[in-house]
Amino acid sequence: MKKVQVEEVKSLHSRRNFLRISGITLAGAGLVMAGCSSDDDKGTNPSSNQNPGVRNGKFDLGGGDLGVLTYAYALEQLEADFYTRVVNGNSFGSTFNSEERTVLEDLYNHEVIHREFFKAAISGVITSQDQLLPALEFNYGSLSFSNRTQVLSTAKTLEDTGVAAYNGAGRYITTPDYLVLAGKIVSVEARHASAIRSLINPGSADFAGDDVVASASGLGQALKPSEIITAVSSLNIIQTPFTAQFLP
Amino acid sequence: MNIIKFIESFTNEGMINSLSAKGSRRDSLNQFQSMGKVAAMAAAPLGLAAFLAPNKVNAKNAMFFDPTETPTEALQLALTLEYLEDEFYDMALASNGLLTGTDRTIIAQISKHENAHVALLANALAGSAPAKPTFDFTVGGAFDPFNNLDQFLALAQAFEDTGVRAYKGQAANLISNGDLLTTALQIHSVEAMHASQIRRLRGQKGWIVGNDRGGLPSAAQPVYDGEENATQAGFNTSTVSGIPAQAGPESFDEPITGATATAIASLFIVS
Repeated sequence: MKKVQVEEVKSLHSRRNFLRISGITLAGAGLVMAGCSSDDDKGTNPSSNQNPGVRNGKFDLGGGDLGVLTYAYALEQLEADFYTRVVNGNSFGSTFNSEERTVLEDLYNHEVIHREFFKAAISGVITSQDQLLPALEFNYGSLSFSNRTQVLSTAKTLEDTGVAAYNGAGRYITTPDYLVLAGKIVSVEARHASAIRSLINPGSADFAGDDVVASASGLGQALKPSEIITAVSSLNIIQTPFTAQFLP
Repeated sequence: MNIIKFIESFTNEGMINSLSAKGSRRDSLNQFQSMGKVAAMAAAPLGLAAFLAPNKVNAKNAMFFDPTETPTEALQLALTLEYLEDEFYDMALASNGLLTGTDRTIIAQISKHENAHVALLANALAGSAPAKPTFDFTVGGAFDPFNNLDQFLALAQAFEDTGVRAYKGQAANLISNGDLLTTALQIHSVEAMHASQIRRLRGQKGWIVGNDRGGLPSAAQPVYDGEENATQAGFNTSTVSGIPAQAGPESFDEPITGATATAIASLFIVS
């Protein structure tokens, strides 16, 4: 069983990837969420027979297809919660212009649907209710939801992270139907990322910028679950501890 | 790279059509007319006559590519879709006065990516890579995308949204090879970023609303047919409390088969 890292970003490689996709500085505070970030698990397969559920007092996402679905569910919970707070912010109407509000409201709708979809899909295949990842708790610290720049920057980070996460997780899915479903979602996340990026820097190449699409290959980012979890942990937003011992 | 597995993955139980052209675009156009599409074509506001294949495509008659089940030829289809996009943007960038200012900045970034995708796929195919087809983006003179920005952007939207759907349609066929699946997904997400930006340049949402073709001619409807799907793995997206039903189909993009992608691309290929 892999050791779970909780105190710091262990891998320079992961850290670099995160910095590349985030565009915001790493939080200095200790991580509250656990992830397996060691590099010694490269090439290992997900432990497909490991169900999600509480282990040693923390919820573990599990392995195999169900683990990947639960991992996606966690990410969609984060995105949905963020946009819920954005559109319900007291100054939403004055912080953002009409175009921005339309985009953010659409993203709120989409991410809530993604979250509810995964909840339903997972609920349909688990054998007991305690295998369902509970509703996570979030705290955005000093982020001001009436600060346009901060909100759009965080949205960019989350959407870029979502694209890289789905791109990187696809290969660990063994059921074709699940893979297609992930594909149906990831392209919408990529559409979101492009829109947010163009709101931040209109009329530029940033909608598919060189920071997320490699110039030489034209390929978007793809990161392993452990890399994504490390990066998301660094944001210090997710307050509910969980582990991912059986995902690559 | 295990190129054989990659190639095999593109065979979709005979649905993919080969690139070994034995028909002609003229045959395709004739087929449309014989299927009573003349009126629809004449009514197309952008003059996009025979822009796209009708919904029910007879592979033998309406497609440029004869159907085969040869894996190499199927992979060549993927490269051909990239060839098409790449040349389309190259020609636009070379057209005097068409793309200026921020439009040019945006299209140049997309063009850079499509060029890289062509190189990547051509390199993967090596000796089996086909030569670049001869394209006719005017579809026999019915269309003038390199002198008309609105027409250029309309075609670009159709190509990008088609590309997203086409790659998605092949994902499950790549499931046995993680490296190649990942590469395809990495291209797929970039096409989606392009699509979003092109759509937004046209005043559309970055995501597809129902099966709305976003002001494109009715002949372009096959690009969007099926996108109205609201049920995912048995989950009815319209049942989410407090969320408008329209958001359900928006939040999931739908795949198309290789046959449909071929039908779309073939109309722009002369030889």
